[in-house]
Amino acid sequence: MTELTHKTITELREGFRSGDFSAREIAEAFNAAVAAGRGLNAYTVETPELALDAADIADRDRTTNALKPLSGIPLGIKDLFATEGVDSTSGSRILKDFKPTYESTVSGNLKAAGAGMLGKLNMDEFAMGSSNETSAYGPVISPWKRNDGGNAALTPGGSSGGSAAAVAAGLAPGVTGTDTGGSIRQPAAFTGISGIKPTYGRCSRWGIVAFASSLDQAGPMARTVRDCAIMLEAMAGFDPKDATSLNLPVPQWEAGLSADLRGKKVGIPKEYRIDGVPAEINAIWDQGIEWLKDAGAEVVQISLPHTKYALPTYYIIAPAEASSNLARYDGVRYGLREMGVKSLDDMYAATRAAGFGAEVKRRIMIGTYVLSAGFYDAYFTKAQKVRTLIKRDFAEAFKECDLILTPTAPSAAFGLQEKMSDPLAMYLNDVFAVPASLAGLPAMSVPGGLDSQGLPLGLHLIGRELDEQGILNAGLAIEERAGFNHRPKRWW
Amino acid sequence: MADTTAPYRIKGETGVWEVVVGLEVHAQVVSNAKLFSGAATAFGAEPNTQVSLVDAAMPGMLPVPNRECIRQAVRTGMALDAVINRWSRFDRKNYFYADLPQGYQISQLYHPLVGPGEVEILLDEKDENSVKQIGIERIHVEQDAGKLMHDQHPTMSYVDLNRSGVALMEIVSRPDMSSPAEAGAYLRKLRAILRYVGSCDGNMEEGSMRADVNVSVRKVGGELGTRTETKNVNSVRFVMAVIEHEARRQVEVLEEGGQIVQETRLYDPDKNVTRTLRSKEDAHDYRYFPDPDLLPLELDEAFLEECRSSLPELPDAKRKRFEGLGISAYNASVLTAEVEIARWFDGLLDAGADPKQASNWTVAELFGALNRTGKSIEECPISPEEAAELLKLVADGTISGTIAKQVFEIMLETGEAPSKIVEERGLKQTSDTGAIDAEIDKILAANADKVAEYQAGKLPLFGFFVGQTMKAMAGKANPGVVNERLRAKLG
Repeated sequence: MTELTHKTITELREGFRSGDFSAREIAEAFNAAVAAGRGLNAYTVETPELALDAADIADRDRTTNALKPLSGIPLGIKDLFATEGVDSTSGSRILKDFKPTYESTVSGNLKAAGAGMLGKLNMDEFAMGSSNETSAYGPVISPWKRNDGGNAALTPGGSSGGSAAAVAAGLAPGVTGTDTGGSIRQPAAFTGISGIKPTYGRCSRWGIVAFASSLDQAGPMARTVRDCAIMLEAMAGFDPKDATSLNLPVPQWEAGLSADLRGKKVGIPKEYRIDGVPAEINAIWDQGIEWLKDAGAEVVQISLPHTKYALPTYYIIAPAEASSNLARYDGVRYGLREMGVKSLDDMYAATRAAGFGAEVKRRIMIGTYVLSAGFYDAYFTKAQKVRTLIKRDFAEAFKECDLILTPTAPSAAFGLQEKMSDPLAMYLNDVFAVPASLAGLPAMSVPGGLDSQGLPLGLHLIGRELDEQGILNAGLAIEERAGFNHRPKRWW
Repeated sequence: MADTTAPYRIKGETGVWEVVVGLEVHAQVVSNAKLFSGAATAFGAEPNTQVSLVDAAMPGMLPVPNRECIRQAVRTGMALDAVINRWSRFDRKNYFYADLPQGYQISQLYHPLVGPGEVEILLDEKDENSVKQIGIERIHVEQDAGKLMHDQHPTMSYVDLNRSGVALMEIVSRPDMSSPAEAGAYLRKLRAILRYVGSCDGNMEEGSMRADVNVSVRKVGGELGTRTETKNVNSVRFVMAVIEHEARRQVEVLEEGGQIVQETRLYDPDKNVTRTLRSKEDAHDYRYFPDPDLLPLELDEAFLEECRSSLPELPDAKRKRFEGLGISAYNASVLTAEVEIARWFDGLLDAGADPKQASNWTVAELFGALNRTGKSIEECPISPEEAAELLKLVADGTISGTIAKQVFEIMLETGEAPSKIVEERGLKQTSDTGAIDAEIDKILAANADKVAEYQAGKLPLFGFFVGQTMKAMAGKANPGVVNERLRAKLG
């Protein structure tokens, strides 16, 4: 029997249902892996007892045939999700020890579907970062190493870095992530797993700590495309507590999976061939094109002319919203409070100076600046207009194709500390991911292969609004052809 | 009495000045729940007992618009004859304060729910032709903040979030008022309309309605001057005092060669002065931007139609209807100024009372009694139906006007029905000529000297005989019959 922690959600579900092993055995195996994996710093909180409790319920429900979609499956939850009674810090010192009295809709949906919780996953502070190095609780270390014989610690990507590392290292069969400008897709690509950001509004944002409200979207990260479909079905759904939630039924994505792409047109945007991107990235992209053709799809060249403005636009809109969203962390009602000061303003300043890390402060300042009187029109209003143009680019492109294939990130995983001193280089990580975020479109990353250093590279699929099925199917077609079954060699 | 329609002028050293006033009225929307959360809104609850996770801005919480608050604001706009914007949007107004949990107030800067409208005021309530239109620029919907309590701890302040997130309408007038009296009339009228509509209880003492008062002065007919804004004034009287004081202060500053600074001021009712709160230079940069947690508000025709059809008859329409029934302009104005009085009086008309008689009786007798007993119309012990019955007894000659006053007093004391009082206490008016003649004969015999004087031409003595007869009949004789019989007997 393969180790339980190497199995996919699909395999665990089948094995559990057919009685090959119990939910308790699954939970115990993952609890042990989590404990043994502390060197990765993927989890900020471990909740083995919660995983066992859910497993015992699943084992009981199996005897009464009352199984739920995710009965017996333990999951990791990104720390951006509020989890009732369990520390929810968003990777920030300002929320250290914060225990919500409420459960986010998405994590609540997963629990209602029978899933257990292994713990809370480390992340970039308030989801601001692409390397998980901005976490107040230390960086997550990727389970992957370069094959150069060196021992350099690599980033799992970010902001859902703990999530990605946990799945890649077998510390969870599936996890939640959130994606504002690539935070599910880039770490999935860096760690050789799959992750999908659904259409904006599919998953409720209620109870997820806000970074940039118009962009934030939750999604699953797991070993396979099918696992992502299973999880997303449980996570998504209309929530009257989120005014931007889509009031639509949740499609049966798993049942709809098909790797047959005949009749589908895949668009290849010429603007995504950018200077300075390693040849290996373009090579895997070309390989992806061949796989999709092999699956029956027709490949067409498309243009997304405003692509080059996407990153600057994103770095105006996201910080602007963040600067306002993070105003509530003021030391008055919860979280960190720095006293020993003379006035209310002093308390705000001291609390926020001590509570926020450098990257969060940078974005609050950028956001405050672009919303300021005299700069608002030049930055924020202009960025909103460009965002509209980027949306229009996609609308035009989707007249000629059904989905779009690009690389997920412009490089493989890099070493810790390599880019921390250069924010612009760091921001470039999301150059391929950000346009779909600005347009609110579903997008996913699936593993394509390894580069010459033995590190995973991801392929990125962007779909029409609400067409998660289209990208899941294309992802499945790639998955079947790539045969990506590499795992990091255990060193932790 | 001062002529309320004469222009308000300030005579300074250098000439005659006029004042320009605009008001921003913050009116708390009547609704069981807050603007973006399900928390309750009752006034006077224990601190922090009406606070949801959203109101406390807990991490990950999101606002969801409360349809009833939007409905009330739309109905208010319709009552002010204003443009209702079918597409509006919420913006965030960013600033830090301990009573503002989110660190921003959700408001509407760029695309308000309600556009231009107007309010008609009477400069002289006795003269229906003394109307003036005060323009409404816009109404937007926004969240209220919480409240700081500084008296709970020697060195710290406490925060009560009960009010945090409660829906407010900000009703912004044009600078169309030119005297304290006009501003007072506007506020009273606006308050009346809100209360008719039921969108705000208009209770200024409890803070349900407060005004920011914008004042500037200029030489008569000159260019508009720089304005100051006095925040959070919470009574009609104070608003008028602020304008009077602020206009005079500005004239003094200008005449001494100074300049008016555009600034925010506070009113101190104890000292009746305004003082600087902050100047334009220290004004906050609120960094308004569209709230990304909320979709634009789009109103469909069915919703608007429901809002329209649920509007009651408004004060102006009611006043005109009353005047059409023969009620005097003054009475009509008084009877429509407060929604409860108007409703009570409509009940009186519905019960069949004669409009003119009923209006005079209500304004004189009923208001007099309520004033005397310190009661409001809601506490009135007499129902409109009972009052109509009383008036009917007078109209059909069952009792005299004098007896009616007695009956009314007994009604106030005992709460008994007028017909029962009249019946049981034998107060019915009599037209029995036999009984009346008998009393007249006695009176004429006892006052032979006055009869002679009358017959010699001192005609005003007739009243004396009437009075004596009524007195002898204990007020119950029909005055018409008494008159007729006296004339016959005196020749």
